[in-house]
Amino acid sequence: MEYLLHILILIGIYIILSVSLNLVVGYSGLLSIAHAAFYGVGAYVAALLALKLHSPFLLNIICAVILSGLLGALVGIPSLRIRDDYFAIATFAFQVITFSVMNNWVSFTGGPMGLPGIPQPTIFGLEINTHYRFLSLVFVLGVIVLWVCHKIVNSPFGRVLKSIREDEIFAQAQGKNVASCKVLVFVIGAGMASVAGVMYAYYISFIDPTSFTIMESIFILSIVIIGGAGNIWGSVLAAAVLVILPEALRFLGMPSSIAANMRQIIYGALLVILMLFRPQGFIGEYAFKK
Amino acid sequence: MTPALNIINVNKNFDGTIALDDFSLEVPRNSITGIIGPNGAGKTTLFNVITGFLPLDSGKITFNDKNVARMPSYQIMRLGVARTFQQLRLITRMTVQDNILLSFQNQAGEHLKNTFFFPGRVKEEEKRNEEKATELLSFMGIEDKASDLVEDLSYGQQKMVSLACCLASGADLLLLDEPVAGINPETIDNILSVIAKLPEGGKTVVLIEHNMDAVMQVCHTVVFMDEGKKIVEGVPESVRNDPAVLKAYLE
Repeated sequence: MEYLLHILILIGIYIILSVSLNLVVGYSGLLSIAHAAFYGVGAYVAALLALKLHSPFLLNIICAVILSGLLGALVGIPSLRIRDDYFAIATFAFQVITFSVMNNWVSFTGGPMGLPGIPQPTIFGLEINTHYRFLSLVFVLGVIVLWVCHKIVNSPFGRVLKSIREDEIFAQAQGKNVASCKVLVFVIGAGMASVAGVMYAYYISFIDPTSFTIMESIFILSIVIIGGAGNIWGSVLAAAVLVILPEALRFLGMPSSIAANMRQIIYGALLVILMLFRPQGFIGEYAFKK
Repeated sequence: MTPALNIINVNKNFDGTIALDDFSLEVPRNSITGIIGPNGAGKTTLFNVITGFLPLDSGKITFNDKNVARMPSYQIMRLGVARTFQQLRLITRMTVQDNILLSFQNQAGEHLKNTFFFPGRVKEEEKRNEEKATELLSFMGIEDKASDLVEDLSYGQQKMVSLACCLASGADLLLLDEPVAGINPETIDNILSVIAKLPEGGKTVVLIEHNMDAVMQVCHTVVFMDEGKKIVEGVPESVRNDPAVLKAYLE
């Protein structure tokens, strides 16, 4: 039962990550591969505050969101002046830098040894110490993130984002301040990713840099693409599938010597097949229309 | 009365190629000015320079007495300039209505704080804009296409939508790049009748067009340009019969 709850909590964390990345990649067309960096920033900020200052959970989550958002602006303002693949490279650079800081600033972040012993969070006197309570907390945060994203993409601002994705020149010709919209959505995405990071740090109670590598960024990006770029519910569904899939492959009953490799192969093959037959993802952008 | 648009001695070079050569033009309010000239004469470059999509090398451009040279495009548009593009730009994967809605200026809903803290105001504004969009589309005669994706429309209908977007923006100055090129005669008449009515509504139009009949039909002033220079400017009939124009169009 705890195993099942554990999977559900992970799904919740990945829903927050993928929905927020979808806002940036799917709706606004900004190919960011730095999402795990912001995820990591959230985790490290919360862990360091909890360990060094013993500050409460709610304060930590607010600090993490603000700091991650500021970093998002810092990266976004110069990077968003360049477009498409160049922007992707700029975010890649930020991802690498963030990982290096986590990995090498040993006195502050613990370096490769990570930060162990993160205390369990307490909210208004309620200690979040069981899987059930963690799941409820992730669920509440996930619903808030989903609601905010839903409001954004269905607002006139969301319409501007889509127009920027489709044709930046046209958006400018309609008097839209393309640069500020891009920075804003990038900052929002970064802030939301840090929420997932905070939850991860408190839940696992141990973090190290290997959880926030470029591979993690690519994994979140593949959730967005497989679910359907530009569709929030696609990301929710794909987050569930991609978290469950490797777990399900555990039960295939293969000899342990090849199990790990076989899992990787099946996993990869499924992704290729899906992209061949359903390139718009599980739920494409226009799945609910027409 | 000061001109709506005043272009004064504008120069623009592309790596040694002269696109605009000391170009000057005064566009009076509530008029329709046609710009004609051979390919590569610098007509589209002129539009791009006016709207800030290309920086000018030297000269001055004022719109309603405000210098717009070196302003970012979106700010120029917000002052009340709208344009269409020769290679039609619209959001093809959005509906016609959404394209029009996108074109309204100063929308409260485009600021996130309003979406979250004043949802009522945003909703109300959106409803009002939807009504305005419907009105506009029926004015253009394509109200039945409102919920179609732009990519499903014919080329002529797409040109009408891009004109509708310009009108939705509420701009005083409309820069139309080949509004009737490559479409069937019936739609041409339709578009021309819409353009001809614009000055009555307080709008100023500058259009680039190769279709001489169309230019003769709607324009009050015609400018013939070649190699970035203004060669002839005058009423349509005189420009059409000017030796330089005849030579360029017969060659």
